[in-house]
Amino acid sequence: MEAEENENFYVQLNSSPIRFEPINTLINVFFDDSNRQVFAVRSGGAAGVVVKGPDDKTSLSFRMEDRGSVISIKFSYDMKVLAVQRSQKSVEFVNFTNGNIDTMEYSQTCKGKSTRIIGFNWTNINEVVFITDHGIEFYQVVPEKRSLKSLKTFSVSANWFVWLPESAVLLLSAGPYGNSIHPFHFRAGMVYKLPKFEIDIPVIPKPAKLCLLERDVFMANIYGQLYIVVVRHQAKAGAPGAEVVLYLLQKESPARKTDVLRLDMSGRFALHIVDNLVVVHHQASKTSMIFDIKLDGESDGYVTYHHPVLSPLPMKPSIIRPVDAPLGAELVECELYSQSWIVFQPNVVIDAKLGCLWYVQLKLEPLVTMIPDKCKLIDLLLLRRDCKMVILTVCKQMLTPGTQTNLSTIARIFDKLNKVYRQFLDIESQNQQMETFSSREPTATRVQHNPAVIDQSDMYTHVFSVFVDNKDIKHKFMVAVLIEYIRSLNQFQIPVQHYLYELVINTLVQHNCFYQLHQFLQYHVLSDSKPIACLLLSLESVYPPAHQLALDMLKRLSTANEEIIEVLLSKQQLLTAIRFVRSVGAVDQVSARKFLEAALVGQDKTAVYEIIQDLHQENTVINM
Amino acid sequence: MTSTKSPVSLANFFIFNPTLGPREGEEHKKILLYYPTDVDIDTKIKNIGLCEAIVNFTSTFTDAPCEVMHTQKRRQVFYQAEKNFWIVMTVTIPISHKTKDGVPYIEYHEDDVQDSVFQAVLKQAYKMFRFFMGPFSDIMDRGNVQSLIQRLEHFYYRYLPTLKLDNSDILDVFNGIHFLPLDKHTYLRIQSFTNLLEATFSQIKYTAFLYNDQLVWSGLEQDDMRTMYKYLTTSLFPPFLEQELQGSPVANNDRRGSSVATLHYGRYINGPPNMSDSSNLGKVPRVYINTESTCEECHLVVYRALSATVCLLVDASYPLQFDFYRSIDGLVGPKLSVLASDISEQYVKRSTPSTGEVQFKYIYFNHMNLAQKTTVHTDSKKSSNVNIPADILRLLSDINSDLSRNVDEGETIVKSITDCWVVGKKSDQREFYVVINQKNANLIEINEEVKRLCATNFNNIFFLD
Repeated sequence: MEAEENENFYVQLNSSPIRFEPINTLINVFFDDSNRQVFAVRSGGAAGVVVKGPDDKTSLSFRMEDRGSVISIKFSYDMKVLAVQRSQKSVEFVNFTNGNIDTMEYSQTCKGKSTRIIGFNWTNINEVVFITDHGIEFYQVVPEKRSLKSLKTFSVSANWFVWLPESAVLLLSAGPYGNSIHPFHFRAGMVYKLPKFEIDIPVIPKPAKLCLLERDVFMANIYGQLYIVVVRHQAKAGAPGAEVVLYLLQKESPARKTDVLRLDMSGRFALHIVDNLVVVHHQASKTSMIFDIKLDGESDGYVTYHHPVLSPLPMKPSIIRPVDAPLGAELVECELYSQSWIVFQPNVVIDAKLGCLWYVQLKLEPLVTMIPDKCKLIDLLLLRRDCKMVILTVCKQMLTPGTQTNLSTIARIFDKLNKVYRQFLDIESQNQQMETFSSREPTATRVQHNPAVIDQSDMYTHVFSVFVDNKDIKHKFMVAVLIEYIRSLNQFQIPVQHYLYELVINTLVQHNCFYQLHQFLQYHVLSDSKPIACLLLSLESVYPPAHQLALDMLKRLSTANEEIIEVLLSKQQLLTAIRFVRSVGAVDQVSARKFLEAALVGQDKTAVYEIIQDLHQENTVINM
Repeated sequence: MTSTKSPVSLANFFIFNPTLGPREGEEHKKILLYYPTDVDIDTKIKNIGLCEAIVNFTSTFTDAPCEVMHTQKRRQVFYQAEKNFWIVMTVTIPISHKTKDGVPYIEYHEDDVQDSVFQAVLKQAYKMFRFFMGPFSDIMDRGNVQSLIQRLEHFYYRYLPTLKLDNSDILDVFNGIHFLPLDKHTYLRIQSFTNLLEATFSQIKYTAFLYNDQLVWSGLEQDDMRTMYKYLTTSLFPPFLEQELQGSPVANNDRRGSSVATLHYGRYINGPPNMSDSSNLGKVPRVYINTESTCEECHLVVYRALSATVCLLVDASYPLQFDFYRSIDGLVGPKLSVLASDISEQYVKRSTPSTGEVQFKYIYFNHMNLAQKTTVHTDSKKSSNVNIPADILRLLSDINSDLSRNVDEGETIVKSITDCWVVGKKSDQREFYVVINQKNANLIEINEEVKRLCATNFNNIFFLD
């Protein structure tokens, strides 16, 4: 029952949330998405500030003077300076040494009398940006001097802003509708203004008023590219059903509308990016859906329209220890899609009333049964992190009697897997070349989204070898699958490992399909190698032609003359062996002892004589 | 004065089983087949009685059954196809009319008839019957003597007149298969195609894939494939190709309502000739395979697109209906057309003729996989298209039967009266025959020449020179 229940969710909260003191009249809670820290500020800090981060290093607690209620509170990236905003005019700073707060604060006021600070962000170590209703003010913090130095200002009359710490990109909303977007990119000590652009709004309000709101816009890195994601509650004037519009942010030209995600619902939405998937939570129906912009959608030449990968489903129920309950207390199920939820990018959910911070996660295993189209499933899985075992499960399923997939689908899936495998090999060899050319670390050029590579040994260990001994699978099907895999590897010019060949050979031999095996070897489907040649030699007793096949293979290898001589001698073909030795010009490399021993075993006295004669003639020293 | 030689011809062909009429006065019951038919019963009984006597007589000297009897005018070949079932074929020795000292006389060219060749022809005659009708004993078990006689007559009365005894040669002894040289990837694609076909239609038990007259893949066992290959290349393909050449519709694109995507060149050689006419199902033979072990009965459906042919062996218990043919056509037609054109691209690349007049002709045969190559014959069909003199061709068979007495290896070099060199080599299970028409060459030169040939042609196999 438990297992069955698990099948019906593909989105879940992580099992151990970060716990903090829930919000109440005395405690204010803040979240800094740059450092992913939750600040529980009790009585303006005088009764203590408890900071909970993702790990111990980023968690600490301290006290600070209560100088009024806190609007925003954020540590610098190295946690050596704490910035606190308590008014619309200034931000205060205070230094930290080894987690201990300094006694003296220092302050920076924004420029201009009527200017109002909307918010601030750390953009680098000791660099901070104030976003005001008149534009941005970029400062350098000098902790040693307890002062700030202005680096740059831009003036734009801003409504609100969105900040993406990982890319250090800031969006300013301007204009009466709020849809004129000014992007800025921050780098050490510098700020670059990127081309501004407009987000189209379906219905222009009259009289003009702000209609693009902060809560409907955010930025996200999807498949290594930076997108501006906009929730549009009405796709067209009068049409129900919301959609999510993706704008690709570009350096040289204004952001371009590339994708539209069709939600087919309306109400309040919250968005997350998990593993390059756009996860859309819908509060009214308490469901979530996922979109993958790399999967096929309908394109009109400019914009691609996507539908959810699967029908909307609720998150997996999450259980937590109740607030203020002792450690051993019974766990309770917490309310999902609660009104008190606040979401942050890329995948954070905070319930301030419960005092919980979760990460939204993707559950890949249930997808296996939810997506009947195996090709689509593999496409989706191949783009995910940690997909390897799930893909191997799918492959196993394709072969298992009862859930078997048809051969043409299997072929297409192998091609998909091997395409990724090929790309991986190409990157590998490029990296190797880079390493040989320069001793620098090659990691910089590594592709960011290295999808899981299912290589031959994975397929062998987890899929093929599992089924070879399965009596319920027809050997014909098994051979067909293996040949299909080899064909696919070949198509992508990936050298096939001999263990796969051995699997084919053994399967054919077990079912007495020697003639088929013979034809495979004849057409070099099973490439030459010493292990395969030895395997063939061992088959001679059940299939005599294997001897010829093995000898041919050894001959082609051209490094196996020694073995050829052994084979011939073991069959008492002394003269053939001698002729072979001569033909390859290896007379002075062979041991006459072997020949004589073989001749003695065969009790062929004339042969012994002939061998001595023969090898003597060649002026060979007989190494007895 | 000499006259032209008469050809080797079939004198008679009969099948008997001594156990069917053991008592005196019941001798005629032993006869299962006698060809030609216009022979009185006494002659039949007499000839069969003689053969039985020869068989019994020789068995007192050796355990091996009697094989051939030489007489001045005839050659009689014996073959015990199944226990107590004997097939006997008698051929005439070619004659020429000559005069010596003004007296005309007939010269018999006994050497023109080679035992190994006609033994092979006889064996082939049995195998072909078994392929289409099943083993003699099985037919008897299922029915009675009469049903066996009917089948024998039905088959052999049509088969025997098609035998071209005069053109029988070493290729009949080998009875090999031409394989198509193909790169690995295309080969794997063909594999993938046949696997898909068999997986989609479970009633298809085996498939074989040919390109022109060359085999690419056989799911059948070697021995069955050998017989089927013979049938396809000598009986089924030639009339079909002739018909195609005469301009009957080649492509399947005359179908109404078919879009460009479904356009292909596939059609049945022996199934329904027209995919829009469900009343004509064509004529698909039944065949018997794996007769030595399980003896399976199958329909042999042959489908072709451009030069590629796929043979489908469908379980005989499955009734062949038009819907089945149509769904096969739908799957196979487009795929096979693509494969065929891809192969033909390679085929053209590979078959670029070697420059210069080739001074030698060769035949290669590998007993292990029945692979056979010949430049002596201009095509694989049995016709008189041979580009070496008949006596040299016979010499090949002689060297072959000579070499077959050796176990592993051997080499024979012969110089004919016409100054033609013939070299036969055998290494393990492979045989190689070269005819070099080089006047004034000596033995050493010829030996070197053959060495060179082997080095260039057999560098990737274990063939000692």
